[in-house]
Amino acid sequence: MFLKYLSELHGVSGNEKDVRDYIIENIDNNVDSYRVDKIGNLLATKKGKSNPAIKVVLTAHMDEVGLFITEITSEGYLKFQTIGYMDVNILVSKPVIINNSVYGVIGSKAIHLQKPEERKQSFLIDQLYIDIGANSKEEAEKNVKLGDYAGFTTAFTSFGSGFYKGKALDNRAGCAVIMELLKQQYNCDLTTVFTVQEELGLRGSKIISNYLNADLAIVVETTSAMDNQEQDRENWVVELGQGPACSLMDQATIYRPELIKKTIQIAESYGIPLQLREGTAAANDAGNIHLAGAGIPTITISIPCRYIHSMSSVISQSDYTNCIELINLILNNCQEYINLPHRGWEVMK
Amino acid sequence: MSMNRDFDYSLLAKLTQAFGPSGNEQQVAEIITDNVKDYVESIVTDTMGNLIVRKKGNEQKIMIVCHMDEVGIIVTHINKNGFLYYATVGGLKNTDMISKRVIFSNGTVGIIHKEKDETIDKKPEKLYIDIGAANEQEAKELVRVGDMAVISGDFLENDSVIISKALDDRIGCFIALEVIRTVTSPYDLYFVFSAQEEVGARGAKTAAYAIEADLAIIIDTTFSYDTPKVQNNRVSLNNGVAIKVMDKSIVVSPAIKNWMAKIAAASDIPHQWEIITAGGTDSGPIHLTKGGIPTGGLAIPVRYLHSGNEIVGKKDITAGIDLLTALITTHLYFES
Amino acid sequence: MTKPHLQLAQETIHLLAGKPGVSGYEYKLFPSLEQTFKPLVDDIYTDNMHNCYAVKNGYASNNQTVMLAAHSDEIGLMVTHIDSKGFIHFSPIGGIDDRTLLYQEVTVHGSRDLPGIISFQPDQTKSDKKKSVKLHQMAIDIGHSSEEAQSLVKPGDIVSINRATLDLLDQTIAGKSLDNRAGITVMAVCLSELNSIKHKHNVIAVTTVQEEVGLRGAQTSTEKLNPTIAVAIDVTHAQTIDAKNQVSIHLGKGPAITIGPNIHPTMHALLTACAQDNNLPYQVQAVAGPTGTDARIIQLSSFGIPTGLLSIPLRYMHTSVETVSLKDVVSCGKLLARFIAALPDDLEDISCS
Repeated sequence: MFLKYLSELHGVSGNEKDVRDYIIENIDNNVDSYRVDKIGNLLATKKGKSNPAIKVVLTAHMDEVGLFITEITSEGYLKFQTIGYMDVNILVSKPVIINNSVYGVIGSKAIHLQKPEERKQSFLIDQLYIDIGANSKEEAEKNVKLGDYAGFTTAFTSFGSGFYKGKALDNRAGCAVIMELLKQQYNCDLTTVFTVQEELGLRGSKIISNYLNADLAIVVETTSAMDNQEQDRENWVVELGQGPACSLMDQATIYRPELIKKTIQIAESYGIPLQLREGTAAANDAGNIHLAGAGIPTITISIPCRYIHSMSSVISQSDYTNCIELINLILNNCQEYINLPHRGWEVMK
Repeated sequence: MSMNRDFDYSLLAKLTQAFGPSGNEQQVAEIITDNVKDYVESIVTDTMGNLIVRKKGNEQKIMIVCHMDEVGIIVTHINKNGFLYYATVGGLKNTDMISKRVIFSNGTVGIIHKEKDETIDKKPEKLYIDIGAANEQEAKELVRVGDMAVISGDFLENDSVIISKALDDRIGCFIALEVIRTVTSPYDLYFVFSAQEEVGARGAKTAAYAIEADLAIIIDTTFSYDTPKVQNNRVSLNNGVAIKVMDKSIVVSPAIKNWMAKIAAASDIPHQWEIITAGGTDSGPIHLTKGGIPTGGLAIPVRYLHSGNEIVGKKDITAGIDLLTALITTHLYFES
Repeated sequence: MTKPHLQLAQETIHLLAGKPGVSGYEYKLFPSLEQTFKPLVDDIYTDNMHNCYAVKNGYASNNQTVMLAAHSDEIGLMVTHIDSKGFIHFSPIGGIDDRTLLYQEVTVHGSRDLPGIISFQPDQTKSDKKKSVKLHQMAIDIGHSSEEAQSLVKPGDIVSINRATLDLLDQTIAGKSLDNRAGITVMAVCLSELNSIKHKHNVIAVTTVQEEVGLRGAQTSTEKLNPTIAVAIDVTHAQTIDAKNQVSIHLGKGPAITIGPNIHPTMHALLTACAQDNNLPYQVQAVAGPTGTDARIIQLSSFGIPTGLLSIPLRYMHTSVETVSLKDVVSCGKLLARFIAALPDDLEDISCS
């Protein structure tokens, strides 16, 4: 299963090679050609059956959040910074793997040694360090170096009744969706773009947007679900098990109502569950893509994900398969998305 | 099998209204003695003031424990204006004491308050007791330094609940008395009405040493979590007797708690689970006595513990009586 | 054919550390304890609290009893209730640091073992990012609806941390519950070493229960055995970057031999002399009051038991990435074995100050 392998591979922003190689190996037979650009973005094209064909871009980022070694102390501990946003407090008491080869642990001061005020404080990144069991700087330097990447060791598994658990579901789930879709043949011309360094500020897609040209772009993502609480339904944003989510707006893009309406219509007529992303926080590659050239009509379809940007994220199996199915239908009906006049939300029932 | 049977709660009223702070449980012991003497073979009071009654039997020894004492205060100083200063006996928070009425064994009543414009902190000398005495001499005619008082709270009942002071743990004593009256058991039963539980389960320690039972069952009270904003499936009133899983002083053996749940389910007795991290009970010292005594517990949910206005549910009392009866008349867990 | 000590230590820690054995529920560990000790001793039995006694008889008939004690329990969590979303709320068992719990993978031991993740339940009152998240703001996601969860899990069920034991550099090992599976491993190494040394006195290696919640297994097992002398084996803090002025014991420099009022001076002297005579590394730990180990309560049993304490240096205590050096574990086991073999004929001599 693509998603299992993708989740367990290590590909922190700036170090996506292993993920990219796996994707290339598994889509090679399903695409006409592919290339890797100078920064590491992977682009693969697949011509459609129609002529002329509508040009559609499908994109997902390959990188995950993780840690970056910035210092080796005289006793052989490793200091680090985070890559991508993570709440520092979740790093405590976790194992990591550096450079795919050396295990380490991020410990914390024993509770017995803490003063009462200490116990109430959040951690600061400067307080944390990785212990690889080296007893000197020299020994540590034989095994790791500055600039090495450290990732989490979570295994990908089925979980509970109908869920998956693993690291980096943001956004290996998106990559897996696109890999599944590439098994099909469509009327439209497909360009699939697997970007790098999204978590560092949408950097890979910035380069792509310098030259990208298409009639429609679909960004396949994961989005943070806050539905692990009983109260405050208004704060959940999305709910697991209620289908993929269509974005309304985020900090880099305001999505066109006509495109959203079309997506809802397609979902309804084919009986695919779909929810709206009830929040505007964060941003994704759509921020660059929709502004490429003279502008590209863009939607973001996301798989709801709990504990995003942690080492143990959870998604619903049905949301994952419904996401694949929904985008499959959009691709088969993509002509409905072309040349839509601007009417705004008034026409929504 | 268990319905909301109506018991005669006048004995419970008498028990709760009796005066019995830790170390001074005599009044309570007298009421209990009066009510058991026709049903047991021996009645003993030991050095600590525990009241131990025995219903002889040929099978294993079971020790059933409930405590007679309640929390209270002890007078530490009488000032020249006739006001009293005090220290707490057992778990009482100063922040809960303002305007509470306390009552001494001779019937003297006092009101607890604080100096105006002072913020209450952990030190008790900021609170005082007003017994209406005009000066030190008048006060000394009513109380002495070293006298204890308890928080007052009348006994009130309706169809579903009972409100009173000292339901912790006179309700346990009431349940034990009810069972003593009615049970026929093959086991050698020692009912221990213990002293000084509220100050560290002290009476239970010595009683357990002397009796060396094969099994001990504690009957006490536990927090009931139901309030308007908190309805979250933890222990709540009128949902059954709580089977002790863990408190600060004991992690109950899984074999024992599972046995109790099994017996409760088999007899359709409503039950819930007691899991708390603050608050210990007599079970602590008992289960560690000598080589370790197998110990479990039943707890009656109580709202507003130690406030003088405690509330228990009648369904829970019924369930407690039924479950205790069932446990001491059936196969013990280590037999099956 | 006996295994080399390092191999025995590594295999034993890997066998024991990953398994659940939360305070009060240590019975789950017994099969692994049996597997560990049976090849090394003459007899093995448990009591009603699940203390486990592994007995190695001495060669003499007028022998006395040396008790070794290492606790088998680990800190963990207990289910208190299940909310309407199917999330599991919990209470701590033992000294849990709230700040180490977020996004830990756990196992909920319900009607079957269920994987779970500890998540933070957002609360609009948490506006202060500087304050850490409290335990009561967390709940366990097991990926089931409320109905399903209630049929699988009930209040009182135990939750243990799910953490694979990791081999780090230089024979260092990291994982959960090395406090005190490392101590039990020391006893295994000791018993293995004793197979090739003659010792007069009986050795009873006790894995005690419920140390983390109040030294309870040690209290009852010592009363049962009434040994002539006892040595407790536990873990102690090893220095890390953030505890430099609080801790002076180091990983990899040998076990710590404790000196102080909780320790009988003769026991301390014998252990220290043994380390020196056998060229075994050790460190000195001076503790001014009662130690936070089974030794604290063993000393007070019966007529008073001359007690010693050996501790394995351990980093990040009570987290799920506790770290020890296997070299310390092995040298501690050897020290203990040589100490036992060198004991005087009459252990009552140790009882006089």
